[in-house]
Amino acid sequence: MKIAADVDTCQGLGMCEAMAPDFFEVGEDGYVDVLDAAPAEEHRKHVMAAVAACPVSALRLAG
Amino acid sequence: MPHRLVVVGASLAGLRAVEGARSAGYQGEISLVGEELWAPYDRTSLAKAYLTEQNAEMVTLISDRELRDDLGVDLHLGERAQGLDLAARDVVTDRTRIRYDALVIATGATPRQLPGTEGLRGVSTLRTLDDARDVRTAMDAGARVIIIGAGFIGSEVASAAHKRGLSVTLIEAMPTPLSRSVGPAVGEMLTDLHREAGTAVRLGVGVEQVLHANGQVTGVRLADGSVVEADLVVAGLGVTPATGWLGAAVDLHRDGGIVCDASLATSVPGIWAAGDVAHAPQALFDGELMRLEHWTNAAEQGSLAGRNAVSRQEPELLDSVPYFWSDWYGHRVQFVGTPGADEVLLVGPPGPGAIALYRRGNRVVGALTVDRQRVVMKLRRRIADAGDWDEAVTFARELDVLAVTR
Ligand SMILES: Cc1cc2nc3c(=O)[nH]c(=O)nc-3n(C[C@H](O)[C@H](O)[C@H](O)COP(=O)(O)OP(=O)(O)OC[C@H]3O[C@@H](n4cnc5c(N)ncnc54)[C@H](O)[C@@H]3O)c2cc1C
Ligand code: SF4
Repeated sequence: MKIAADVDTCQGLGMCEAMAPDFFEVGEDGYVDVLDAAPAEEHRKHVMAAVAACPVSALRLAG
Repeated sequence: MPHRLVVVGASLAGLRAVEGARSAGYQGEISLVGEELWAPYDRTSLAKAYLTEQNAEMVTLISDRELRDDLGVDLHLGERAQGLDLAARDVVTDRTRIRYDALVIATGATPRQLPGTEGLRGVSTLRTLDDARDVRTAMDAGARVIIIGAGFIGSEVASAAHKRGLSVTLIEAMPTPLSRSVGPAVGEMLTDLHREAGTAVRLGVGVEQVLHANGQVTGVRLADGSVVEADLVVAGLGVTPATGWLGAAVDLHRDGGIVCDASLATSVPGIWAAGDVAHAPQALFDGELMRLEHWTNAAEQGSLAGRNAVSRQEPELLDSVPYFWSDWYGHRVQFVGTPGADEVLLVGPPGPGAIALYRRGNRVVGALTVDRQRVVMKLRRRIADAGDWDEAVTFARELDVLAVTR
């Protein structure tokens, strides 16, 4: 499972961080930082919730 | 599992209900009924990029084709639900009857109109794509703009008009805007964002009359007798839940919203509600019944209602912290939690960079930030954990010192 974030699309709303704070954080620049781009399978539920929560679909999950 | 799920209201909460049901493994039929002609789109951008950016398109959340092919939805767009036949378990629309085994109501809310302005050109609310097109067309033509109601949407429209270099006046009947949503002190601080940008703000003065000539608005006369001229008047007077079509079929709150329990079930078995239309108890805030008008609330509730509607198991309960954002003059305002507090404390100086914390007893229950994207979700976590007030204040103070010394 790999997380890809499109920083050009991200609006820094932080929904991903709210859903899965161990994997996403809104950085100093106001855009998302992916803290762990290749999470272990056991975190799938949280990471998927975060990806789905992004209002502007800036996050993608592969694998 | 039910045989057919019907979702009424094809916007954010309705879409998430459909997705929630499918993600729970539901394979039965789903009908989605929506009064607007379009597949679900994002309203939040209507007061932001859609008004300020050249050639901005509406932000669609999904296409008709994806709804039909990927989610297997029987789509009824441009169709209005007119009532429920509880005995037959039918949704009655202006075209047909649709039988349901489970029903999710996600009809959202409708903006209050300015009294006595029906049919006048140059007067608009801002809720739908059609509204936004009207407002944008008038702004393109260089309209002098009046906004009545200095809430979040009115403030975003003021900010958009200002960004386009238009003359803009913001009029608010209350002495302090946003008192109900963020408290008076913070409302006052946010109003300064308008003043600093140079937007004219008139507070504590009501509109006496909307002036017009030949069917086109020309300005407003205020209660103090003064007249402000305008070519475009946008009413940001708040919304009322869109439940008129339901009659007395389900229990309604006195504001017209649908009363739900923590699983979003209404008073009638098999009928659920979600989004701007729904009142639900917030476990985190002593079970207080709240009807929120926030994007994330509509998304989360929609999804939960959709899952619960098709599930045979114990329903899932709501568990989240209210959150909204708003963009003014290039500043990002964010709020988490509830404004219903014993005390509101402004940490550090007001204006951009500000953090306001809301206390109930010895807990932190809310936080408002301006241009603090990095901290707001950390405060949200403290609120979700019913965090200690003193610790939250210390945390915010340290952030503030960091920001100042850097
Ligand atoms: C201009 C604007 C800017 C906003 N900005 C922000 C923001 O920055 N941050 C934030 O958190 N929130 C914001 N919001 C609020 C957010 O958009 C709403 O909370 C969200 O749209 C609610 O979704 P909903 O699906 O519950 O209701 P709605 O989006 O209101 O959708 C309800 C749908 O149901 C349909 N409907 C109603 N009655 C019937 C009927 N009888 N039959 C069939 N269909 C019916 C309506 O036509 C509508 O399409 C903004 C809202 C607006 C209008
Ligand atoms: S939810 Fe989306 S827009 Fe918000 S910070 Fe995360 S990636 Fe960016």
